[in-house]
Amino acid sequence: MRGDRASQLVPQARLAGPIPWVIAIMVALTVIAAAGGLALNNLAQTAQSELSGGATVQIVEALPLERSRQAQASLALLLQHPAVVSAARVPDEELEQLLEPWLGVGADREAVPIPALIDVRLRSDATETQLDSLRTLLAEQAPAARIDAQSAWLRPVFSAISSLQWLALALVVLLGLTSAAAVWLAARSALGTNRNTIEVVHLLGGTDSQIARIFQRSVGFDAALGGAAGLALGLIAVFVIGRQFAGLGSGMVAGGGLSWIDWVLLALVPAFGVIIAVLTARVTVMGALRRML
Amino acid sequence: MSPRTGETIAFDNVGLRYGTDREVLSDVSFTLYPGSFYFLTGASGAGKTSLLRLLYLAQRPSRGGISMFGTDVITLPRSRLPAFRRRLGVVFQDFRLVPHLSAFDNIALPLRVAGMREADLAGPVSDMLEWVGLTSRAHARPATLSGGEQQRVAIARAVIGRPDLLVADEPTGNVDPEMALKLLRLFEALNRLGTTVVVATHDVHLLRKVPDSLIMRLDKGRLSDPTGALRYPPRRQMSDIDADAPLPRDGGEF
Ligand SMILES: Nc1ncnc2c1ncn2[C@@H]1O[C@H](COP(=O)(O)OP(=O)(O)O)[C@@H](O)[C@H]1O
Ligand SMILES: [Mg+2]
Repeated sequence: MRGDRASQLVPQARLAGPIPWVIAIMVALTVIAAAGGLALNNLAQTAQSELSGGATVQIVEALPLERSRQAQASLALLLQHPAVVSAARVPDEELEQLLEPWLGVGADREAVPIPALIDVRLRSDATETQLDSLRTLLAEQAPAARIDAQSAWLRPVFSAISSLQWLALALVVLLGLTSAAAVWLAARSALGTNRNTIEVVHLLGGTDSQIARIFQRSVGFDAALGGAAGLALGLIAVFVIGRQFAGLGSGMVAGGGLSWIDWVLLALVPAFGVIIAVLTARVTVMGALRRML
Repeated sequence: MSPRTGETIAFDNVGLRYGTDREVLSDVSFTLYPGSFYFLTGASGAGKTSLLRLLYLAQRPSRGGISMFGTDVITLPRSRLPAFRRRLGVVFQDFRLVPHLSAFDNIALPLRVAGMREADLAGPVSDMLEWVGLTSRAHARPATLSGGEQQRVAIARAVIGRPDLLVADEPTGNVDPEMALKLLRLFEALNRLGTTVVVATHDVHLLRKVPDSLIMRLDKGRLSDPTGALRYPPRRQMSDIDADAPLPRDGGEF
C-alpha cells in the first residue's frame, strides 16, 4: 500500500490538540536561545582571532620628542622582527578622539601627556615568551616601552562570553528536552483518544506500519505547522534583537552576526521537532499495536 | 483451494480466560463449513462475544487450536494475521465506527485498507449505502446517526469487502423488527454468494427467520449443539462430502 493512501484511511486529523502550540512555543524559544549562543560564539571567535595575535606597545614618556623618537625606533625594530606580521603607530588624533570623553576637547597635550601606541600583529599567539623577547628587543632603544598582549585586557570579557555560551547551550539542551517531552506527551494523548480508531483499523486488517503511517502523518503535519509558526516567531525576535545590536555600532558586537550556516542551523530546529513528533507517533502506535493480537 | 471445499474455521478444544479468572469459554470445539449460515445463541454473559473475538482474531485463546481457511492461526506470526483479517467481515456489538469519518468513509475503510483505488470504491460504497437505506446520510458523522443507522453503517462496512466469513455480534439489537428482517436478508444474500455467516444473538425469534441456518448454543462458556448439525457438514455441502451421512439437524430442540 502506498503512503498517500494511508492518509486517506483516516483523513488528516485537523489541528486539534496541543501539539502545534507546544511545538510553536518550544521552537521559538529554542531558536532564540540557539541564535544567542551562535552569535556569542561568532563574537568570541572574531574577537579571539583579532586579539590573540595582537600586542600593544605603549611608550610612556612625558617628553614629546623623546616619546616620538622611542616610538620610531620601536616601530623600526618591530618591523624587522620575524615574529611580527605588522606594526603600526596609532595616530595621535585617534588617541585623542578616544580619550576625549575623559580629557575634554582640545586638552593641552603638554599638560596631560598621552603615551604613544603601537599596534602589533604577531604571526602566532602573543605568549609571555613572545612578549619577553620583544621586551628585550626594545629595552635598549626604547626604555619607556611597555608591551602587553591585547587579549590580556579582554580575558574577563572572554570568560564572560564563554559562560554565556555555556548558558545558551544549556538552555538549548533544556528546551530541546522539554520540547521532546511535551511533544511525546501530546502525541501520546492524541493517540490515546484515537485508540479506538487504531484498534478498528487493526481489526479490519490494517498492518502495523499502515496504521502507524496514518498517525505519523497527522502528527507530523501538526508539528510542521507549529514548527513553522515557531520558527517565524523566533526568527522575527532574533532579527529585531540583531538590528538593535547592530544599531549600537560597536566594533565588538559587529563580530556577533550570524552566518548563513547559523541561519540554516536555526531552520533545522523545527525539523528536529517534526522528527521527534513523528518518531513519537510511530513508537507509540507500534507499542499500542504490539499489545494487540 | 476453492473456498467451497474444506472448512472455513475449526476450533479444537478451545479455552479462554481473562487474566486469572475462571474460563469464560471451555472445551469449545466446532467446525464451520463454507457457505453455511450459523446462529450463535446463549444468554447474556454466556461468552458469545468472547467466542466471536476469537473468530475475528482480536484475541488468542488460552488453550486449544484454531485453524482458519486451512491454516493454524495460533502459531502464525503476528505479521501474517492482517491478511486473514481482510478475509473477514465483522459487525461489532458496539459498532466501533470511526467517529470522525462519515458514513461513506466508514464503509469504504475495509476497501481502503485493502488498497483499492479511490476511483474503484465510490461505486461499491454507494451501492452499499443504498442497500442499507442510508444514501441520504452518506456524509453524516456517526454521532449524528441514530443507533439503528449506526448499526446499518457497521453492517455495510462488514459486508462491503465480500468477506469469506462474516461475523456479526447482536447485529439486530438496535433496529426495529422490520429492519432486523431486512438486515437478515442482506446476510442471506451474502451467504448465497458464498460467505460463511455467523450471527450471535440472544433473540431466539430471529433463528426462525433463516430456515437454512445452523445453531450453536453457548451456556456458561460451554458449547452445545442442540440440532447436532455441527458434528456434520451442513446439508448443502452433503453431496460434495458424504452423501450417506444422516441429517440430524431436522430434529432436536434448543
Ligand atoms: N475483557 C474482559 N475481561 C474480563 N472478563 C470479560 C471480558 N469480556 C468478557 N468478560 C466476561 O466473560 C463472560 C462472557 O462475556 P461475553 O463474551 O461478553 O458474553 P456475551 O457476549 O454472551 O454476553 C462474562 O462473564 C464477562 O463478564
Ligand atoms: Mg455480547
